Amino acid sequence: MSAILKVSNATMQFGGLVAVDDVSVVQREGEILSLIGPNGAGKTTFFNLLTGVYKPTKGQILFLDEDITNLKPYERVEKGISRTFQNIRLFSELTTLENLLVAHPDCNREGLIESIFGRSKLIAKRSKVVEDCENILEMIGLKDQELELATNLPYGKQRLLEIGRALATNPRLVLLDEPGAGMNGLEKEELSSLIINITKKLNKNILLIEHDMKFVMSISDRIIVFDHGVKIAEGLPEEIQNNQQVIEAYLGRGITDDEE
Amino acid sequence: MKIKLTKPVLAVVFALLLALPLVTTNNYVLHIFISMGIYVILSLSLNFVTGFAGQLSLGHAAFYGIGSYVGALIMLNFHVNFFLALIISAVVSGLFGFLLGLPTLRLKGDYLAIVTLGFGEIVRLVFINWAKVTRGPLGLPGIPKPTVFGVELNTSMAFYYMAIVMIIVTVVIMNKIINSGIGMAMQTVKADEIAAESVGIQPIKYKMLAFVISSAFAGIAGCFYASFISYISPTTFIYNTSVTILAMVVLGGLGSIPGSIVGAVILTLAPELLRFLSNYRMLIFGALMVVMMIYRPQGFWGAGKRVKNIYKIKAGGGKHVGHIKG
Amino acid sequence: MFTQQLINGITVGGIYALIALGYSMVYGILRIVNFAHGDIFMMGTFLGLFFTQSLGMQFYIAFPLSAAATAFIGIFVEKIAYRPIRIADKLAVLISALGVSIFLQNLAQIIWGTETHAFKSGIEVSTFKFGGLILSNIQLIVIFLSCVLMMGLYFVVNKTKIGVAMRATSHNLNSAKLIGINTDRIISFTFGIGSALACIAGLLVGIYYDAVFPIMGYSYGLKAFAAAILGGIGSIPGAMVGGFVIGIVETFGAAYISAGYRDAFAFGILIIVLIFRPSGILGKKLVEKV
Repeated sequence: MSAILKVSNATMQFGGLVAVDDVSVVQREGEILSLIGPNGAGKTTFFNLLTGVYKPTKGQILFLDEDITNLKPYERVEKGISRTFQNIRLFSELTTLENLLVAHPDCNREGLIESIFGRSKLIAKRSKVVEDCENILEMIGLKDQELELATNLPYGKQRLLEIGRALATNPRLVLLDEPGAGMNGLEKEELSSLIINITKKLNKNILLIEHDMKFVMSISDRIIVFDHGVKIAEGLPEEIQNNQQVIEAYLGRGITDDEE
Repeated sequence: MKIKLTKPVLAVVFALLLALPLVTTNNYVLHIFISMGIYVILSLSLNFVTGFAGQLSLGHAAFYGIGSYVGALIMLNFHVNFFLALIISAVVSGLFGFLLGLPTLRLKGDYLAIVTLGFGEIVRLVFINWAKVTRGPLGLPGIPKPTVFGVELNTSMAFYYMAIVMIIVTVVIMNKIINSGIGMAMQTVKADEIAAESVGIQPIKYKMLAFVISSAFAGIAGCFYASFISYISPTTFIYNTSVTILAMVVLGGLGSIPGSIVGAVILTLAPELLRFLSNYRMLIFGALMVVMMIYRPQGFWGAGKRVKNIYKIKAGGGKHVGHIKG
Repeated sequence: MFTQQLINGITVGGIYALIALGYSMVYGILRIVNFAHGDIFMMGTFLGLFFTQSLGMQFYIAFPLSAAATAFIGIFVEKIAYRPIRIADKLAVLISALGVSIFLQNLAQIIWGTETHAFKSGIEVSTFKFGGLILSNIQLIVIFLSCVLMMGLYFVVNKTKIGVAMRATSHNLNSAKLIGINTDRIISFTFGIGSALACIAGLLVGIYYDAVFPIMGYSYGLKAFAAAILGGIGSIPGAMVGGFVIGIVETFGAAYISAGYRDAFAFGILIIVLIFRPSGILGKKLVEKV
């Protein structure tokens, strides 16, 4: 399998704080890769490096063998990387459907002349955009609420809508930052089947951050563990579950130290 | 209470406006209506960048002034036809908007407000000090009227109808842009730049577009004004003018086209009708702006919710029938 | 000639710096531009005029009195016009601030008229000559007072308890609230101090130029804001540096390039700074949390 994403020796420093320390990660085509680690381990910062919100202090990011280290966030979306946010950042005054429309490349790259003088061709293009977006809504189960303002959706649905919006950009790789946060058991089950659907049916790659271990273990093909900005482990779910270093990172070194 | 802008209502208003010069021969009345028309274009154009793209510009009078002076100078010195001058004024004003936007629009925060304020001051100083070209504080007299096929359009009635046509064209163009992918992208940039970038929207592109279009329309208003009034001087294009235009936009309702029109109409009429309040007028504007931001940020007209977008979708549970129509 | 202009530049620079501090401190804490600051400065100046001329007070009484009164205006403005919308969108705050600015400017015009007033300070002007250099006692007062006040502010911010609370609030308002800092009080205090300094700056303008007018807040406010950005908005030493740089450049520009464009130099610098160093000379780059 070829690599879709290849991060080499990425380091992110904020003043004296090293949030991400010399991390190298490879994601293979077609896999669901998960990023776990205690709070403050640098997972979201790592996402921000991938999406271009921050520029790494050192290191290189290859996406589909192309160096994207210096691209801006919107340029990376064009290349095929999209994301969701840990703290939901929907366009709250737009409707559910509109949140997807604005993410659709054919909508947000409309030209000025076209928008003023466009006729039937433009209408056809816009119809196609609506159709695409409604298909995504169908998939994430929000078709019935497509005219609701995003801000009026319940929390769990807002999370789903963020995923839908990320999909509307027509990405190759979707980064999900704690997609299950604040969801109940049933919603999480639906979420995991949705994520699997996205990879299998839509043929997209998923990289996700999640705290719920049961969820992560059941859904991931491979897991990477961060602690204090350093990648401390990488492997299949069962390998990670039994990794002594990972257990220490989560439980704290103090306990094991005492037992020595 | 809110008047619905249904087709019959619009038709009646439009018919009344068309009939006005036939009813009154009073030049004073027409004069006020034409000034009102100029302010309508100015407030619509400021609303475009501030209301829709969320970028506060406090130098709108500068672009108005640039359009005025450019139009006047090329008509006076090179005998350029008025209609060509309108276009050139728009282009030059838009170009200045572009140059000013380059360093400022890529920054987060409130820099645009300050920089446009400073720019307004610089432009005014140039009008005053570049006496060789602008005649300084003396101003430029004798600006020609438009001519069509050798006929000079020098009556108030002609300017009145031209103003109406210009407003219609402005509203149509702005409506098209706002209700397009561009308009929606502008809205996301206003709401949350980081989220906008995360879906592939380049914020500066839309801020710049809005700013340039806004400046260009102000330039058109300026050129029209110059020809209508036939004499311009630096005293018209001052900070107070920028603030008055902003007050029209804010009081009418940020991000609302009918709001900007109503705001311009009311604030142009206010000094005429409320002469006894003259000293307190700006004082009241100021206080109203504060009260408005606290209690009714959407303005008097208050397009509290967008009624529709490009896809003619009503927000908030309204039914959208089939797909797009026209 | 050169040194002479330098001294003139430092004098006005000190005044700009004092006003710039108010912009910078408020921005540091609330991340908003207090657009009305220039007009608060103007109100302070006119209060000084009122106390000395209408009420016939002595200067050493009128100075602190008008500073205190202006501090109250600043606190009041924040309470009325900013606090109710503080968390709401920036645009609304900016427009509200602009509303206050328009209100104050026109209030002053209604009370004191639109004309320029002489500011009879009663201080006998005497000049000292060092070689070809002329230095007036008024310049000395302006430079001395602005430096003392800036040092005082630096002391308050860095060495006192309320200064620590100010810095904590500026660093992160919500965390400051969580560790028990009364952030509302700190915000009021910041507005108060900034306004008082602006008032003193206004009185110094009055003494130095012997002329005050209701729309002075506009041009001084703008230049001081340019100074705050130049130095790095949010940074107190930055505001001081920025003030002096603007004052000096403007004076030299007016002397050597064109007096007619005196007011344009500050904005010219502002735009150049925004192109090459948007965070200013001493400013830190703000990273938005995602």
